[in-house]
Amino acid sequence: MSAPTVISLRDVRKSFGSLDVLRGINLDVEKGESSVIMGGSGSGKSVLIKHIVGLLRPDAGEVWVKDQRVDELSGDELDDVRLSIGYLFQSGALFDSMSVFENMEFFLERHTELSLSERDDRIMEYLSWVGLPDKRDHLPAELSGGQKKRIALARALVLGPDIMLYDEPTTGLDPVSVRSVSELIVRLREERGVTSVAITHDLLCAEIIADDVHFLYKGQILTNGSLDELSRHDDPALKEFFGSLEV
Amino acid sequence: MANSPVSDFFSDFGELCRYMGRFFLRVWRPPYEFKELLRQMDEVGSKSFLLTSITGLAIGIVLAMQSRGTLVRFGAEAVLPSMLALSVIKEIGPVITSLVLAGRLGAGMAAEIGSMRVTEQIDALEVAALKPFHFLIITRTLACIIMFPILTLWTDAVALFGGYIESYLASGMDYRIFLSTAFESIRFSDVVVDTGKTSVFGFIVGMVSCYLGFNVRGGTREVGQAAMRAVVGASLLILLTDVIIVRLSLMIFGDVGT
Repeated sequence: MSAPTVISLRDVRKSFGSLDVLRGINLDVEKGESSVIMGGSGSGKSVLIKHIVGLLRPDAGEVWVKDQRVDELSGDELDDVRLSIGYLFQSGALFDSMSVFENMEFFLERHTELSLSERDDRIMEYLSWVGLPDKRDHLPAELSGGQKKRIALARALVLGPDIMLYDEPTTGLDPVSVRSVSELIVRLREERGVTSVAITHDLLCAEIIADDVHFLYKGQILTNGSLDELSRHDDPALKEFFGSLEV
Repeated sequence: MANSPVSDFFSDFGELCRYMGRFFLRVWRPPYEFKELLRQMDEVGSKSFLLTSITGLAIGIVLAMQSRGTLVRFGAEAVLPSMLALSVIKEIGPVITSLVLAGRLGAGMAAEIGSMRVTEQIDALEVAALKPFHFLIITRTLACIIMFPILTLWTDAVALFGGYIESYLASGMDYRIFLSTAFESIRFSDVVVDTGKTSVFGFIVGMVSCYLGFNVRGGTREVGQAAMRAVVGASLLILLTDVIIVRLSLMIFGDVGT
């Protein structure tokens, strides 16, 4: 028996002015699965992932997360769904006026009843998990790109989400950092059973983390399968995409 | 099809009014971000303290120097403290202080929130159910509403002190005579209404700057434009609102001496 579907997009359409960005997206992600969405720049990857967490609302279609229709929720109901989702932003999106500790404590202080010492323990646990316990009191401006991504990952995880969304988790990182961030994502799925959707055009990252790869082209999912299957696919759009990545 | 500047203006103004409505609906509801409100009050208040002090001192000294010659010519030098107090407390203090603060805070808030928008920090607040409207907009606007009158009272006091220094140096006027003459023509309602109106100006600066910062789309260029538009928009709205408030206060409280 297959695992239950946790995220489901049904015929999702989205336009900005006259530009049709999503033109009927259908996507199902099962519990514990790691889905990767690949596609060229401007194919609508970021727009797609923002629909899952209700940052954007579709013009047509349905977005379901854990049996709740996200595109029709608002206020506290939407917040409840969002609290079960962690989101790693492309830029990390750490609050630059706060230290690493404050960035993480900000989430815990508002959403948990933990005491200060319990919050401290929880933060140190996650900072150790991403391998950066010594950066506790640093400001984001004092961190490298890879460190920012890992701290942002720790922050996204601090509330214990069971779904993770990754927006270009390895863009702009050197190969060593790409591997270390990608391996953290895999550990997260293996140790905690987190369901994830990642958008990326980084082959190394996709190779490490993906169970299932969906290829997005001109606002539609052209095909899905393993990374190996997609890279050998006959479709000219896929050939062009994977060809350009290999060069 | 590109929109015309006029339709853009009305669309922006309509959206700003919607934000103002949302502020009044949400300001009563949790979460109450007291810690952030205090931080913003410190940002608005103590960090504008020197700027408003220098502004007040300059206003007082210059106003006294400029008026003295004319008043002496008409043999009315004795009314200088009274004229100074009326001008400073009723109009120059509140408006100049608010315009100076609009310059400092409007640009700062629009740029800060705009940068948070383009670096996805606002989206990060949103997806973590941290209510960015409460955390960013309500706290900053409330801080402006609370701190503008306090800073204005301080500016008025420093301006009167500047006027007294000028009077002492020019004519050796005793401070007791200066103070008693200065306040004899000022009513309590003048101080309350004319200082209180700066809360409205603070609301305008907070809302305009936060609205423009919150709605930045693009990159650093757009952040810079939002900062510039915040200063221009808030300053113009302050001047327009002042005309309306002065007209209303004259209708309700009458003119000085009536």
